[in-house]
Amino acid sequence: MTATVVTGIGVIAPTGLGTERHWANTVAGRGAIGRVTAFDPGGYSSRLAGEVTGFRAGDHLPGRLLPQTDGLTRLSLVAAEWALRDAAMDPPALPEYGIGVVTASTAGGFEFGQRELEKLWSKGPQHVSAYQSFAWFYAVNTGQISIRHGLRGPNGVLVTDQAGGLDAVAQARRRVRDGTAAMVCGALDGSPCPWGWVARLATGQVSRAEDAARAYLPFDADAAGYVPGDGGALLVLESAAGARARGVHSWYGEVAGYATTFDPPPGSARPPALRRAIEDALADAGLAATDIDVVFADGAGVPERDRAEAAALRAVFGPRGVPVTVPKTMTGRLGAGGSALDLATALLALRHGVIPPTVNVARPVPGYDLDLVTRTRRQPLTAALVVARGHGGFNSAMVLRGGHGDTDRD
Amino acid sequence: MKRRVVVTGIGVVAPGGTGAKQFWDLISTGRTATRRITFFDPSPFRSQIAAECDFDPAAEGLSPQQIRRTDRAAQLAVVSTREGLVDSGLDLERLDPARTGVTVGTAVGCTMGLEEEYVTVSDGGRHWLVSEEYAVRHLFNYLVPSSLAAEVAWVVGAEGPVSVVSTGCTSGLDAVGHAVELIAEGAADVMVAGATDAPISPITVACFDAIRATTARNDEPATASRPFDRTRDGFVLGEGAAMFVLEDLEHARRRGASVYAEVAGFATRANAYHMTGLRPDGIEMAEAIRVSMERARVVAADIDYVNAHGSGTVQNDRHETAAFKRVLREQAYRTPVSSIKSMIGHSLGAIGSLEIAACALAMRYGIVPPTANLHEADPECDLDYVPVVPRERRVDTVLTVGSGFGGFQSAMLLARPDRRIA
Repeated sequence: MTATVVTGIGVIAPTGLGTERHWANTVAGRGAIGRVTAFDPGGYSSRLAGEVTGFRAGDHLPGRLLPQTDGLTRLSLVAAEWALRDAAMDPPALPEYGIGVVTASTAGGFEFGQRELEKLWSKGPQHVSAYQSFAWFYAVNTGQISIRHGLRGPNGVLVTDQAGGLDAVAQARRRVRDGTAAMVCGALDGSPCPWGWVARLATGQVSRAEDAARAYLPFDADAAGYVPGDGGALLVLESAAGARARGVHSWYGEVAGYATTFDPPPGSARPPALRRAIEDALADAGLAATDIDVVFADGAGVPERDRAEAAALRAVFGPRGVPVTVPKTMTGRLGAGGSALDLATALLALRHGVIPPTVNVARPVPGYDLDLVTRTRRQPLTAALVVARGHGGFNSAMVLRGGHGDTDRD
Repeated sequence: MKRRVVVTGIGVVAPGGTGAKQFWDLISTGRTATRRITFFDPSPFRSQIAAECDFDPAAEGLSPQQIRRTDRAAQLAVVSTREGLVDSGLDLERLDPARTGVTVGTAVGCTMGLEEEYVTVSDGGRHWLVSEEYAVRHLFNYLVPSSLAAEVAWVVGAEGPVSVVSTGCTSGLDAVGHAVELIAEGAADVMVAGATDAPISPITVACFDAIRATTARNDEPATASRPFDRTRDGFVLGEGAAMFVLEDLEHARRRGASVYAEVAGFATRANAYHMTGLRPDGIEMAEAIRVSMERARVVAADIDYVNAHGSGTVQNDRHETAAFKRVLREQAYRTPVSSIKSMIGHSLGAIGSLEIAACALAMRYGIVPPTANLHEADPECDLDYVPVVPRERRVDTVLTVGSGFGGFQSAMLLARPDRRIA
């Protein structure tokens, strides 16, 4: 089977608009968490977020798309355009039905939804937007990307909370393997509005810290919750043979392995299933644990979940057996967008031979026995593992193999 | 060689009654379950009709805590899952959790719970900065529809691949298609898959009012859903769930399971045209049908019944009629085509799975459900839509299709496994 490779990346994240700025800030360890500006957070118990800043949709999208889109769809449309451009892909030049789209969503376009709910309940049904029937729902980004670029291949949408970014890319890999020329895949997430905010706060897992540098501390002794954020990444996937056939001879790397599992119900005596997801992803890639040079961990920032993830990593890689990093500490957790962004960051890490840091974590829990990368580390990297976990028990793991293209094995 | 996948259990909650038997009794006799909305006062709305389920979660055996933490969509999914598991005869104690997965389709997730809680935290729409204090503890479960798959996975004891598929109104087909693929590639041996939606809430009714997608025939609720009829004027919103037990064919044979059907082919394509509009030519739906037939190794003459999307909007019914003709050619005129939305309305993401259930039951009982309320067809809809009266017919191979906002077009072929050459 020919390798499924990533030939394009589009990033919009708190760390920057565009892949280059995101990577530069990430390597430099510049955190982008701050006080919420999308609405006044003063009355809420949590006030910090990783927001995308400096993005003006009107600079990138035709005006007619603005009234019919939530903020997360605007981010998605622009990231898709950047990813296709990065891949030097001209959709009309590919076979009919040759490109599809698979995105993941955590909660849809909730800000749009809150505005329309407000109109309905304060003014009446006649005031609800004609766009409400699709602007907030979970399939909107796939649909809008498909329409904007004329992509008529197999489309899909997966919802598995934060694991979704990996699951969407895995689904896209299936489509490439059964003959679709190329897939746009991944996720951008986050729809900053008070309604979505209180829904997140209800979990009790959002950090109440006031200091951005002390708010989201995965694997730290002071871990006390996470910080939500917006953004993510979209990737262009195709077969190495297909890339070559259209004259593209370099790429970011290969989606080499994937697996997903689900935890037993709360309170069950059965063991958690994350370890199996990691082991199965390695087996799918045909790699041993010792072949993995770096792990991009989920890093929940909630002690119980950190402990479980550390135990799974220890079981697979041994104590301090592999460098582990959580660049999400700079952005907050972006839902499905966060795991997609981790894929993009991991591909860039493989390309540049740089492990970006886990910032702000000063006191890693000794018992976790992780080689947590708290300062940027430069070393040759050939394979990375990305782990993502979603609320309720979703575990996904994806193995990426580096490589610049035709100088490598296929 | 990819593994073959069969349906061995069916569970349904649909308008007109809970349980696959009640569902089949309704649609196989051509009765309708559409009525004036009772969940809230519909008088301020343009469309005041829906196909509601008379569903009591406590009477269906859900525990008080399950009821408190879940939206209605999850409750419908859990109850239909339980029925599907019993129907399959699977011994849950002997299932390997790691080899068992779940896929739940939904278009709008926990929208009823979200709206109810919104009304409270915003104090009836008064405050943009909604109240944290009044948020219920399980609000996040409503925000993220992945909670639907988690609830089902806990019922099943699944620890393999678990996900929600949310592709609007093709979710019910796409979720089953996804589950079939996971078994075929070897990621699981058993998948519990299907779809659920409970969208009958003011915000959903209002948003379809705004684009005039739903019927305004408020004086005739029982006959308001009129797919392919000259007088159709939009769909009737519905709710419900259908969940299936899907298995590797060999797994099913080893345990001597009774098989409804093999999921023999599936494909999806995008029209890349408009979020809510359809081009009249149906090209992309035709392509999805063509590919699903190719995968199932079925030709047009093999198809005994076409279960249509048949929503009852003017554009949909013409769009898919064109698609059927484009791919089935002259055979399109010889094959019975019907829409069960004429009886149970359009439950958005759930309907695709309810339609798969209708197809599997049509195969088992040898009856093609009719298109109710079809008295005079639109001249542009000139196929055999099985008007009003159910038809006895041996059904070995069925095509079912779906079309949704976002441009999604999906097609699935069900067939008797013993009729196909392995």
